[in-house]
Amino acid sequence: MQDPKNMTCEEFQAQMAELIGSGEDLSVHPHVQTCTLCRALLNELETIAEAARQLFPVEDPPDTLWEKLETAIKEEGNQTRS
Amino acid sequence: MQAHDSSPRAATASGNPPIEMPSRKTAASLQTADVEPASTGEVAAPSVAGAEADVLSRAQAGDHHAFAQLYSLHKRRIYSLCLRMVGNVAEAEDLTQEAFLQLHRKIATFRGDSAFSTWLHRLAINVVLMHLRKKGLSVISLDEAMEPTPEEGPGRSFGAPDLSLTGSIDRLALERAIAELPAGYRLIFVLHDIEGYEHNEIAAMLDCSIGNSKSQLHKARLKLRDAMRTIPRREGRR
Ligand SMILES: [Zn+2]
Repeated sequence: MQDPKNMTCEEFQAQMAELIGSGEDLSVHPHVQTCTLCRALLNELETIAEAARQLFPVEDPPDTLWEKLETAIKEEGNQTRS
Repeated sequence: MQAHDSSPRAATASGNPPIEMPSRKTAASLQTADVEPASTGEVAAPSVAGAEADVLSRAQAGDHHAFAQLYSLHKRRIYSLCLRMVGNVAEAEDLTQEAFLQLHRKIATFRGDSAFSTWLHRLAINVVLMHLRKKGLSVISLDEAMEPTPEEGPGRSFGAPDLSLTGSIDRLALERAIAELPAGYRLIFVLHDIEGYEHNEIAAMLDCSIGNSKSQLHKARLKLRDAMRTIPRREGRR
């Protein structure tokens, strides 16, 4: 357990995955408050995570897929019956 | 009082898009994972839920028409999931088909311990994982991921903060960067940041520790950040 106030950037970044994953609000972390570099890093990661949520709109598969699936289901039914 | 009275309700359900959404994070921060408020509106309206339950039980009893309805209710989400995880339309179609084929095989075993959509979603994820493993992609090469290589050790991410990431992000570049992530990173990134799963759920699905899930997600984001700051000029790479 390091003292969060006296962390180096390396120490902070080594713990970053765990800190972020823990659900804490990192913007109030003493190191983040005093270190522009780590604050910027955090912001960038946040920007990426947010942008990713906007990506890949949901879309429908082509209609032909149901036909293929039906065929496959029937084939399987025939096999298991024999 | 026979079972037929429910068919009109069931019929209306088939035209509706799936209602349940993955437990989305609020876009406010990175670390929303463990603190999801209970009140996100992800509960389906009762009438539709009832109709789906009815379709479901008929499909479980072997009714092909009901199975077709389940397919049209869920195809969009399952296909989108596959597409995100493999990043390739043809494979995503195959995997969607495989997922529903497995659904057809296993549907009678669904017991309602979880929401059906969650169950199906996991089934689809397993199909994708199996596919990736078959292709020889080490889906989760955790040891590799956990062990900081010289250029990936702590401190490396430490760089000039002035990349143009703070404003708008080039969507295409980000999509490309995600597609180019190693499979294990991409999976966790997709599951967590896009599909909205939490670390404990991901850990259970991928059979890894929660710490690994957190660490891989973080690395995936760092990799994306690096990819975004060195905006790829080498377009043609596959
Ligand atoms: Zn710092």
